[in-house]
Amino acid sequence: MTASIIELKASLEDRRIAALAAAGIGLTLAEAAIPLPIPGIKPGLANIVTLLVLYRYGWRLAAWVSLLRIVAGALFLGTFLTPTFALSLAGGLASLAVLALAARLPPAWFGPVGLSLLAAFGHIGTQLLLVDVWLMPGVSLIGLLPLFLGAAWLTGLINGLIVARMMPMSPIEYRRESTA
Amino acid sequence: MAGVKRSGRSQVAQWIYPGDWLLLAGGFALVAGLALHAPAPADRVLIKQAGRTFAEASLRLNRIIAVPGPLGTTEVEIRDGRVRVKADPGPRQLCVNQGWLKAGEAAICLPNRVSVELGRAAYDSLNY
Repeated sequence: MTASIIELKASLEDRRIAALAAAGIGLTLAEAAIPLPIPGIKPGLANIVTLLVLYRYGWRLAAWVSLLRIVAGALFLGTFLTPTFALSLAGGLASLAVLALAARLPPAWFGPVGLSLLAAFGHIGTQLLLVDVWLMPGVSLIGLLPLFLGAAWLTGLINGLIVARMMPMSPIEYRRESTA
Repeated sequence: MAGVKRSGRSQVAQWIYPGDWLLLAGGFALVAGLALHAPAPADRVLIKQAGRTFAEASLRLNRIIAVPGPLGTTEVEIRDGRVRVKADPGPRQLCVNQGWLKAGEAAICLPNRVSVELGRAAYDSLNY
């Protein structure tokens, strides 16, 4: 028997996705280590990476990075294929869908803070919907809405400001660069 | 971070675009509106039959509770954090017409000797 060598060629883009997803996983793990008073409310720091990738490399790469981060993060935390994972995935898919639409908004009017806010609301809204129809049907969540949406508002704003702070160019310049 | 410094207004204001302000304001209004409408303060329902406690219920779980009385069954409905008497065998339907109860209110179906009180919980470990 001869040893066969399977060689996978990783393109520059593959390496880029891996590195950025790793950054997202790091934030996810760091976040899980922070004790939070209310279950279900998290700062969502990994969304900073998603949003930065969206601006720098476009939506396709942002989706790759975000979904890899969700799957790998769940494997690390031991929540893979549990309801926690389902919630995480649903939230991630929803914010990606929201970002796909929001990225088309005029960049002179809507910056990272607006996109982050919309993504955060999409994220928590979908998760609450999933809890309502699947995990805890019949339990009224209306009383909890202000708490969760308020948290999404705050974390969306803060994460958006962090993204704005980390971007070396304005969103308009990114748009000009990507279309040029 | 060489490119970050842009002249003009304070930096945080520069990072938030006009549409972002609109979204922030809209989101805040949504949260504030929900917070004002939330049925949070009163969260316990006390149902009595002939003066005795028939059931003590949480508003969190949607359901219909059937309370037997001398005339028949009074149906108490809990939905979306609210409570009302849905159906009652009494002739004048006063407690049914009262509709959804506000915090501190009580609906009394006198002929069937059923009362529903909406109040604030005294939390103890047995509530959950």
